[in-house]
Amino acid sequence: MPGYADPGFDTLALHAGSSPDPVTGARAVPIHLTTSFVFESSDHAASLFNLERAGHVYSRISNPTNAVLEQRVSALEGGIGAIATASGQAALHLSIATLMGAGSHIVASTALYGGSQNLLHYTMRRFGIETTFVPPGDMALWRAAVRPNTKLFFGETVGNPGLDVLDIEAVSSIAHAAGVPLLVDSTLTSPWLIKPFDHGADLVYHSATKFLSGHGTVIGGIVVDGGSFDWERASQGTASGAGKFAELTEAYDGFHNMVFSEESTVGAFLLRARREGLRDFGACMSPHTAWLILQGIETLGLRMARHMSNTEKVVAFLASHPFVSRVGHPLLESHSSHALAKKLLPRGAGSVFSFDLKGSREQGKAFVESLKVFSHLANVGDCRSLVIHPASTTHFRMSDDALAGAGITQGTIRLSIGLEDPDDLIDDLKRALKTAEKTAEKAGL
Amino acid sequence: MYLTVNQHKTYCYTGGKAFDAGKPTAVFIHGVLNDHSVWILQSRYLANHGWNVLAVDLPGHCKSEGEAPATVEAAAGFIVQLLDAVGVQRAALMGHSWGSLIALEAASQLGSRVSQLVLVGTAFPMKVSQALLDASLNDPMAALKMINVFSRSTLSAPPSALGPGTWVYGASMALGRRVLASNQAVNVFHRGFKACNDYANGNKAIAHITCPVLFLLGEQDQMTPAKAAQLLIDTAQASGKTVTVVQLPVGHHQMTELPEATLFAIRDFLQP
Repeated sequence: MPGYADPGFDTLALHAGSSPDPVTGARAVPIHLTTSFVFESSDHAASLFNLERAGHVYSRISNPTNAVLEQRVSALEGGIGAIATASGQAALHLSIATLMGAGSHIVASTALYGGSQNLLHYTMRRFGIETTFVPPGDMALWRAAVRPNTKLFFGETVGNPGLDVLDIEAVSSIAHAAGVPLLVDSTLTSPWLIKPFDHGADLVYHSATKFLSGHGTVIGGIVVDGGSFDWERASQGTASGAGKFAELTEAYDGFHNMVFSEESTVGAFLLRARREGLRDFGACMSPHTAWLILQGIETLGLRMARHMSNTEKVVAFLASHPFVSRVGHPLLESHSSHALAKKLLPRGAGSVFSFDLKGSREQGKAFVESLKVFSHLANVGDCRSLVIHPASTTHFRMSDDALAGAGITQGTIRLSIGLEDPDDLIDDLKRALKTAEKTAEKAGL
Repeated sequence: MYLTVNQHKTYCYTGGKAFDAGKPTAVFIHGVLNDHSVWILQSRYLANHGWNVLAVDLPGHCKSEGEAPATVEAAAGFIVQLLDAVGVQRAALMGHSWGSLIALEAASQLGSRVSQLVLVGTAFPMKVSQALLDASLNDPMAALKMINVFSRSTLSAPPSALGPGTWVYGASMALGRRVLASNQAVNVFHRGFKACNDYANGNKAIAHITCPVLFLLGEQDQMTPAKAAQLLIDTAQASGKTVTVVQLPVGHHQMTELPEATLFAIRDFLQP
């Protein structure tokens, strides 16, 4: 497909990484449900294992269906390549485990998905990797948190569920001055709303379970490399940086003594992540899952536009309702990230947000349980509208202080706005709010 | 490995193998805003199949120090110095785009010291439009995007240099940005393009070489269209050279968008 201009977002969402199957003529992406791939000869086998030739060996390491997904998300994000993983959490773990080992340190935003907070605060700490959490908007604290052993900055494009917008440009500048990359979780925004690489991020990952898949059918993740971070310079530029990213810049005896930064000037991270991380940790994606996520991505642009327009209507409704004390969406001038969102996210700051009822915890429970169109479950980014009470579910392990850092109170309700007719969503919310109010009256509150 | 060439630290990728004086040597020369890594699959394969490989970063590019060459002749002179520095008497030379002109000129200067010559995505003259020359100087990011769009031939490349899941277009853009940033003293983008545009000795050089030559061309190449190599092909044939022409269904990213076919063409040509 030679041409005179870059294909647009929707063209890439349909075509990047795939073309009609040369053998069968199949137009849709085939699902390659096979564990392994036949070698042409012993020499071919040896060449594949030694990375002299590129191809598929075993589906834990790579698979043709997954490779289409990896190319497609890379194209949409403006990256150089990607690795599909078993889940978003697996993508985050793969990123961390590729870059560092025991004795390393991460600086992360406080406004994180509860699962990510768990991984960093509890689990990685058990493996000798410490994390300092800083409020995403406090640049002085990002800067002050850097230690000699810091290997990564990490934040979400918009924090879950408070929607604190990460000033990627400012945070990446601090990271780069410290000689470390910025990893961004873009799950809630998808590349349709923001391309973090354009603003200075170095690595981006998604829980593809959410908007990329979009239909609430499969669990999957993907990490994309922007090819921008110079691992060698960060490792050699200063005495304090010596060997900082030895995993990428020095010979690895676990894989042919390969020096990944020599093999690829821009893709050392992806090489090691696939050849070590997928090989040894094994959190790979099923080709069937990859296919379902590809189906979702084909309509990503259409869906995101509808998610955003529905969200605008629901936010406006809630913001004017007398039983609602707060709506946490950057669409509103009252939100602390309103100005930054206008700058970084002109198409919208996502369709997952929270609000607080003017009522008790019991009233919040009554509200959730009386919704009919919204489904009460632990997911976001589905084509169907969803609702949950974060303090008792997704973020239940967090202390009150940590909850406050993530913008959550005991009465916070999180919504994920789907693709239904917006009038039906508003009717459903209206009925449930009335039920919650009546619950208060019955209790004599 | 690092060598000292003309008093400057010079990087050559060797395919993960130590140099062995008993093996034949193949030198890989990259094009404008590229480095050794564009050859990674082809060079690593040859390094593990009986060859010494020297995939060089040209002076002033990425890992190599020194003044970035301003002319094809100067770059060819560097290749001669590189062979002398490593103590190689005879080698096969391979070049892509600008690198093909450097390989051609070096082969002309080296005479019988070159065993085979491989010209990938070549053209002579290799004229660069004034608009692109200007853009490479004044708005290099826009020019980089332009040349990558012109170089691309597919949205679905097979498994490539980073393995399956590589978005070749994005990788090429990222490499261009990295190479440009690697030299703060000189705009190697503009300097390389100007060297291509100014090179006038191609026809004499191809007539002067003494070795077999492979033209490896892309049928969809919009940067160096296959027909733009015809003058060199005709001159080589008219002057009695052993000429092989292979056209592949690919654009200007031969090594990364069609790595296997590119490798096979080179491998088969190099076999004694």
